[in-house]
Amino acid sequence: MQYNWNWGVLLQEPYLGWLISGVGWTIAVASAAWVIAFTLGSVVGVARTLPNRWARGVATAYVELLRNVPLLVQLFIWYFVVPELLPDDWGRWVKRDLPLPEYTTAVIGLGFYTASRVAEQVRSGIESISRGQSMAGYASGLTTLQLYRYVLLPVAFRVIVPPLTSEFLTIFKNSSLALTIGVLELTAQSRQITEYTFQGFEAFTAATVMYVVITLTVTAGMSLVERRARIPGFIAKGG
Amino acid sequence: MAFDFGVIFDSLPFLAEGLALSFLLTLLAAAGGIVLAVILALMRLSGYTALALISAAYVNFFRSMPLILVIFWFFFLVPLLIGRPVGGFYSALIAFTLFEAAYYSEIIRAGIQSVSRGQVAAGYATGLTYGQTMRFIVLPQAFRNMTPVLLTQGIVLFQDTSLVFVVALRDFMTATTIVARNEGRLIEMYLFAAAVYFVICFSGSLYVRRLQGKFAR
Repeated sequence: MQYNWNWGVLLQEPYLGWLISGVGWTIAVASAAWVIAFTLGSVVGVARTLPNRWARGVATAYVELLRNVPLLVQLFIWYFVVPELLPDDWGRWVKRDLPLPEYTTAVIGLGFYTASRVAEQVRSGIESISRGQSMAGYASGLTTLQLYRYVLLPVAFRVIVPPLTSEFLTIFKNSSLALTIGVLELTAQSRQITEYTFQGFEAFTAATVMYVVITLTVTAGMSLVERRARIPGFIAKGG
Repeated sequence: MAFDFGVIFDSLPFLAEGLALSFLLTLLAAAGGIVLAVILALMRLSGYTALALISAAYVNFFRSMPLILVIFWFFFLVPLLIGRPVGGFYSALIAFTLFEAAYYSEIIRAGIQSVSRGQVAAGYATGLTYGQTMRFIVLPQAFRNMTPVLLTQGIVLFQDTSLVFVVALRDFMTATTIVARNEGRLIEMYLFAAAVYFVICFSGSLYVRRLQGKFAR
């Protein structure tokens, strides 16, 4: 194998700057998408357990649709197709005036996709609570809203911290798909450095190390959350 | 705006070739991944600290990497190691096999652990060796328990093969994009791609659900 090692390339400008900005975009895409994923995913997940048949149907359709189409296809649809299908005025606005179009599209696409996965975790969290709790809630005169607010959700969200952690890690990894619509996040930057310098080993190693650091940081942070959220007497389920 | 779905019919043979490559990549990577994953899972459960650590490090390492980065790695590495270009397909196959093995091994490990310890003890008591106990007693039961989960992971893998798009290997996704760009029909082609993936993956997951029902009985 012939290869000219040059680790110094990683510390040269502009390549060091590229890597740092890549990490920044990865974090920016993943965390903004997580806000959508967690909010929408909680709503959809709750809707899948409601007594109302229509709410359940819509939520189930959402989850099945988004889980069975590859994320890459979904991103392309958000980026290339949706602006064309919107009413003319909106479409024109999206194409002309949308701030940071690639970033925004990536966040929306990744957020909506991950929401379908979060929804499944929320649903299974709610379903893991014994039916007796719901019955007791209704018997003591709670409305459905109160039942979720005071009985089901406080337990469900604490039970699903471990699987949500792995979804949160997945969103960082999946944010690399944003490069297909032109967001220069970490993976894209490492490839760009490879193309400019032919130092693929160094560039991809740098990206790999950063992803491992992100994973370790998130895992450490979430294990704190997990410890605080643990319910005495419940066996923690692995994610 | 006028839609023209005729463009899909005209390019069907080309798209079908792409889909065939997606399926081939899925099958080969799943087969290779499962073989490697069984080895990793057995190492993890072997009781030898060194083997267990190597296996855990492998799994955790690949599980913290995005698949696209792994694909880029092997497109860069494989030709360098072999000393000549081998074509994108083999690089992708190696990347997917090694990457999926990490995920499969966690499933298989859980499957092996789902077989009760009494079975292993009974195997040893009747004079079987470790290899025979695994081969004839534990693994057949473990695989039966985890077939639904393995198939679900196979569906995920099939969706993931669309990522070879980033290195322009001509799978279904890349073929769709080529037609979309040549004909200027992005809307029709991407909606079609979504429909095809959805039909395949959704029927797959319905089948898995039926299997689960059968096994649960």
